[in-house]
Amino acid sequence: MEYILIIISAIFVNNVVLMKFLGVCPFFGVSKQVGTAVGMSGAVVFVMTVATIVTFILQKYVLDVFEIQYMQTITFILVIASLVQLVEIILKKVSPSLFQALGIFLPLITTNCAVLGVALLAVKPVYDYDLLQATVYAVASAIGFGLAMVIFAGLREHMELQDIPKGMKGVPIAFVVAGLLALAFMGFSGIA
Amino acid sequence: MASKKKSSFINMVVVLFIVSAIAATALAFVYQATKDPIKQAKLEKDKKAVGIVVPKFNNDPVSESDTLIIGERDQLIFFPAKMDNKLVGVAIKTYSDIGFTERIKIMVGFTPDGKIFKTAVLEHKETPGLGDKMQKNKGNWSEQFTNLDVPNIQDTDDDGILIEVKNDQGTIDAITAATISSRAFCDACERAYNAFKKIEK
Amino acid sequence: MSKLKIFTRGFFSENAVFVMLLGLCPTLGTTTSAVNGLGMGIATTFVLVMSNIVVSLVKSQIPDKVRIPSFIVIIASFVTIVELTMQAYVPDLFEVLGLYIPLIVVNCLILGRAEAFASKNKVSDSILDGLGMGLGFTMALMMLGAVREILGSGSIFNISIYEGDGALVFVLAPGAFIVLGYLIALTNILTKKS
Repeated sequence: MEYILIIISAIFVNNVVLMKFLGVCPFFGVSKQVGTAVGMSGAVVFVMTVATIVTFILQKYVLDVFEIQYMQTITFILVIASLVQLVEIILKKVSPSLFQALGIFLPLITTNCAVLGVALLAVKPVYDYDLLQATVYAVASAIGFGLAMVIFAGLREHMELQDIPKGMKGVPIAFVVAGLLALAFMGFSGIA
Repeated sequence: MASKKKSSFINMVVVLFIVSAIAATALAFVYQATKDPIKQAKLEKDKKAVGIVVPKFNNDPVSESDTLIIGERDQLIFFPAKMDNKLVGVAIKTYSDIGFTERIKIMVGFTPDGKIFKTAVLEHKETPGLGDKMQKNKGNWSEQFTNLDVPNIQDTDDDGILIEVKNDQGTIDAITAATISSRAFCDACERAYNAFKKIEK
Repeated sequence: MSKLKIFTRGFFSENAVFVMLLGLCPTLGTTTSAVNGLGMGIATTFVLVMSNIVVSLVKSQIPDKVRIPSFIVIIASFVTIVELTMQAYVPDLFEVLGLYIPLIVVNCLILGRAEAFASKNKVSDSILDGLGMGLGFTMALMMLGAVREILGSGSIFNISIYEGDGALVFVLAPGAFIVLGYLIALTNILTKKS
């Protein structure tokens, strides 16, 4: 039950992109087509989950133990950056086809604030998560990111065919649509 | 312009090591320098809140504060306020986790007869424009807690909880469209009241 | 490029938010009011200028392949310094901005300037570039915050300008997207005319 609550809350109620504004850059950058949106989401699910597990362990067993919490930001971002590199190298060797699909998105993930944001949120004392809960939280947040991204890409594909006032074409209308999507997601807020 | 260092393996490792070492040293230094001011800032905030929520006093409640342990991991800090060594009120730093987003921290002041004197919000991340009306500067919602006579509240639904919003058969009017935040505020007050009863003993 | 142009292009022609669409997370997340936008903008500007200076100073000592990790470490250090300093001296603002302060690290604007400008230019130019870009970013955040505050809370810089509650949606998440969309549209129209 506890896990279901974490999952629903992370995917719908506190959606990382639409409610917390994390990962907005790739949300607008690579959402022109559903295909690329799915690819990016896949890469994010992967990196976010592994990054959260590693940073969670580091926080609990290194930073907290030695009382050097002020190294948190620097440690987390380095973990994420090296992890992305590592994933790139491993993927290239193990599954070239997957690398082909996700490869171009991987470097972008280092500066995806959703990855660092979720890693930072998962170790917050308020939630008091254990490792398993943190992992579930990371997976669910990533799925939430993917869901928002894919829906949005679908909407944008349709928008290409619409007659939009001149000044609003392209990015501006995309923002307004994202706003409406966020409004729709607010409807979930009563659930948790 | 000096020529660029080559990307040989040794160069890369050495440079990364040096950069990280300098960064870590600098941070350790800044951490040491800001440690006390951060502590001070937090104390200052508690002190200010205590000054608001209890009747006039002339002792130093912060230095006389104590921790009350409730259950296994729960603990609250309380600040006794005294006027010429006579107890005039107790401020309790309390919290609630059932709010809309993160933990809400509030300071609740009680007079010795168990009435709430006043309340003050310390920290919250509730929705701006809705839940944040619990703050004094954003609305007068929290006024209904001023002089709230907790021991004499009728527990109509017999669930043992005295401070509740009307939706839960309580007596408190919830903030419009922010019942969850209001409920959390009540939960924090209730937690403080239970702590107060323990201190009384 | 003249010094003046290095400084001013961050405000209009290459404005980080309205034109380049960089650093959107803090832009949307922290602009519930004009003051919050201003605070976030200043914190970001500080990190941007400092990291630009350091990157420009050490640029010749850093091998190309470890360039990005080194820059990230430099940026992360300044972010932590800002974080600790704010906690000590402006705790209220720190609490409001919360998570978005450590997230300055992944603000693409900062790494972008380090990589595209500071690692190739003199220290003095890098300072100007950082200041211009940072203040342009601050201006954008403040404008967005001001519009959202006026429409959503009926006040500006915490000074009430009309009675009542305002249209709450503008303070909430959807309003952030919508207001920014219209501001970008406005910038598009204005820049195309000139």
